[in-house]
Amino acid sequence: MIRSELIQKIAEENPHLYQRDVERIVNTFFEEVTGAMARGDRVELRGFGAFSVKKRDARIGRNPRTGETVHVEEKYVPFFKTGKLLRDRLNGKVE
Amino acid sequence: MGEKTLTRMDLSEAVFREVGLSRNESSQLVESMLEHMSDALVRGEQVKISSFGTFTVRDKSARVGRNPKTGEEVPIQPRRVLTFRPSHLMKDRVAAGNKS
Repeated sequence: MIRSELIQKIAEENPHLYQRDVERIVNTFFEEVTGAMARGDRVELRGFGAFSVKKRDARIGRNPRTGETVHVEEKYVPFFKTGKLLRDRLNGKVE
Repeated sequence: MGEKTLTRMDLSEAVFREVGLSRNESSQLVESMLEHMSDALVRGEQVKISSFGTFTVRDKSARVGRNPKTGEEVPIQPRRVLTFRPSHLMKDRVAAGNKS
């Protein structure tokens, strides 16, 4: 499933909404999640999962091609943890 | 940097502000988006949202695990797990936004 298919499904279920509004709704959802993480916030969607930001410490890396050592600065990366309900559904434990 | 936790309520509120729908309808729309994505994943499909990221279902085979407290061996059944790979855009924004 890609973004446009998700928009399509929501549009079909909501024939009273304009397609462009459905697009704005779907885009707002993903933009809010990314925006929250960019501020260092968490987004917890019970049953689906939680988005958070993890810190990666600075380290001495190595250029695999040249073998040269490089200093890699500390950085923050997005992280997703699957929610319990979805994890159980993936394994056929609920329906 | 933040440390706040956003929930469905905050996302519905954002939808409510963006489009002129009722709060109730906004929260139903957020809910049905999550349902459609979950359903696709349960069917084994990948969910690929451009400039956001990709959710992929992976099959893990059975293995012998160990209770770290007691050292006891426990069989771990084959299972399906979900992984999320953030897009470059998301990685860049998260890295830039949290820079100390």
